[in-house]
Amino acid sequence: MSLFWMTVVTALRALRRNVLRSVLTMLGVIIGVAAVLTMVSIGRGANAAVQQQIQSLGNNLVMIIPGATTANGVRAGSASSLTVADATAITRECSAVADVAWAKRQAVQVVYGHQNWATAAHGVPPSYLSVREWPLSAGRFFEQRDEASANPVAVLGQTVVDQLFAAGEDPIGAIIRVKNVPFEVIGVLARKGQTAWGQDQDDVVLIPFLTAERRVLGTQILGTVDMVVVSAVTADALPKVERQIRRLLRERHRIPPGQDDDFTVRDLNEIAEASKNASVVMMNLLLSVASVSLLVGGIGIMNIMLVSVTERTREIGVRLAVGARTEHILLQFLVEATTLSLVGGAAGLVVGVAATRLIAYLAAWPTLLSAQAATGAFLVAGAVGIFFGFYPARRAARLDPIAALRYE
Amino acid sequence: MAAGMRPLIRLRDVWKVYHLGDVEVRALRGVSLDIRAGELLGIIGASGSGKSTCMNLIGCLDQPTRGTYRLGDVDVSTLSVNERAAIRSRRIGFVFQNFNLLGRSTALENVALPMIYANVPFAEQRRRARELLAAVGLHGREEHMPSQLSGGQQQRVAIARALANGPSLLLADEPTGNLDTQSSTEIMDLFLRLRRERRLTIIVVTHEPHIAYYAERVVTFRDGRIVSDVPQAPSSHATEAVRA
Repeated sequence: MSLFWMTVVTALRALRRNVLRSVLTMLGVIIGVAAVLTMVSIGRGANAAVQQQIQSLGNNLVMIIPGATTANGVRAGSASSLTVADATAITRECSAVADVAWAKRQAVQVVYGHQNWATAAHGVPPSYLSVREWPLSAGRFFEQRDEASANPVAVLGQTVVDQLFAAGEDPIGAIIRVKNVPFEVIGVLARKGQTAWGQDQDDVVLIPFLTAERRVLGTQILGTVDMVVVSAVTADALPKVERQIRRLLRERHRIPPGQDDDFTVRDLNEIAEASKNASVVMMNLLLSVASVSLLVGGIGIMNIMLVSVTERTREIGVRLAVGARTEHILLQFLVEATTLSLVGGAAGLVVGVAATRLIAYLAAWPTLLSAQAATGAFLVAGAVGIFFGFYPARRAARLDPIAALRYE
Repeated sequence: MAAGMRPLIRLRDVWKVYHLGDVEVRALRGVSLDIRAGELLGIIGASGSGKSTCMNLIGCLDQPTRGTYRLGDVDVSTLSVNERAAIRSRRIGFVFQNFNLLGRSTALENVALPMIYANVPFAEQRRRARELLAAVGLHGREEHMPSQLSGGQQQRVAIARALANGPSLLLADEPTGNLDTQSSTEIMDLFLRLRRERRLTIIVVTHEPHIAYYAERVVTFRDGRIVSDVPQAPSSHATEAVRA
């Protein structure tokens, strides 16, 4: 046997000699590695979900909503501070803007046959879907002529389809009533899921803006909108877009310097980024707790290695007597400690994968296993073995052969 | 072993002083001793007489506090820990009273142990270990664990291990102390045979007078000093002496 293999075989034999003790010693490392892997998997899953939500909002978006107005020191909410004219002006005058859409919203009751459902009707221009990067799953979206002649056509979100229509029934061509006005369903939106703040984006009925203004939403002031969505030419241009819009709108709304905006400009990526940051903070917190477990595991290994060195003092004496050098003894106990931690690490990976699967299954959380995290946790476990095995190994290597041989 | 040839072992005014707390223990007080290659030397003395300490020094397990020890051409007193380990590995074999075999290794693995540390190739280790086990009469017991062997057999394994790297010096510390009379005789006869066949220098520490009969020279220790150093006729009837 070569020196190295003899060392490994000796290590394995020593561990097998007291299986229960070895397993208990490894438990700390097992839990540590499993916890790290599970935490990273959950964290990555959450991040991926956030990323997906960012995608689902549409890329490079800035959202403008009407905000408080201040007149003579009196602040008041104003739903009418934002208009279609503002939106078209943004298209015209802001260079960093790629496209603009707007929406007017109202809660409505929709009825089809014997089914009815409370949802939100959005009056939107034909550009809405392209700005939101929202594909259709069936049918078509309304066009400029539907908008121009205020046609009673509607495009439904998946949730609305699920609520109104029986499974397998084709909603295209069906006549539904929105606030008692008959609409023809011409398209169905692809499923988009929830926003980062938990709102179901698929619970929606889209109708042409003019149709909404004239036939459904009643007597509110014409031309006002609840929201303007602007896409920037690139993600980098977002701050520039925000600046341009703010300047333009302040000018158009004749807000004197020093007074607050009567609108709010929101960068959607910022919101998503904030929630992603929160999840990263959470993950780091959990990771540090998991790392403490690895550390404790390391101390367990050190403890048991010290016991092992004491138990095998005579053996060390014999090895020294027959010609082992100090580094041979050092290596042997280091290999033993590292074997403990690596076997524990491997078991921890298995437990971690199982725990991740179980959590994904029971809690229905999004998880994403990471080969990188697995490798990292395994290597850290090995490093823990070397680090905490060093002191006992050095103690073994420094034994006086005579005293060791005489040890009872 | 012509007269005038330099001795294999040369101790000159060797002192060994320990400190146990505040107490100073003078284990060896000026020991001088020459041992020629090929000698079978017996060392006797009461426990605490310094004989084991002297043995440890000769075996390069320890360093003298004062004085010099030359083994062949090497001044051991100046060597580092690992240099002494190298000498133990190549030139010295140890046999202990309680055998000191590795309990979870087979007889063959025990014999191969010193070869591992001497970087002997694996196949060569196996071959030599088998050969040595056969030479001590344990052919067929290669895969036995120490617990499956009798005391005498375990001591044979230990002797085979001591010979693993072909040393010139064999140090036996009370090699028969844990054995019955029959096994003791067999082990001592084995020493005699090995010395003849392998041209070994053998030093046996013992407190049993009948074991000392085997030696051709007996050194007696008392209170850290050599009090007598007498040659005796190599006893052809040593075996009878043991049986008597």
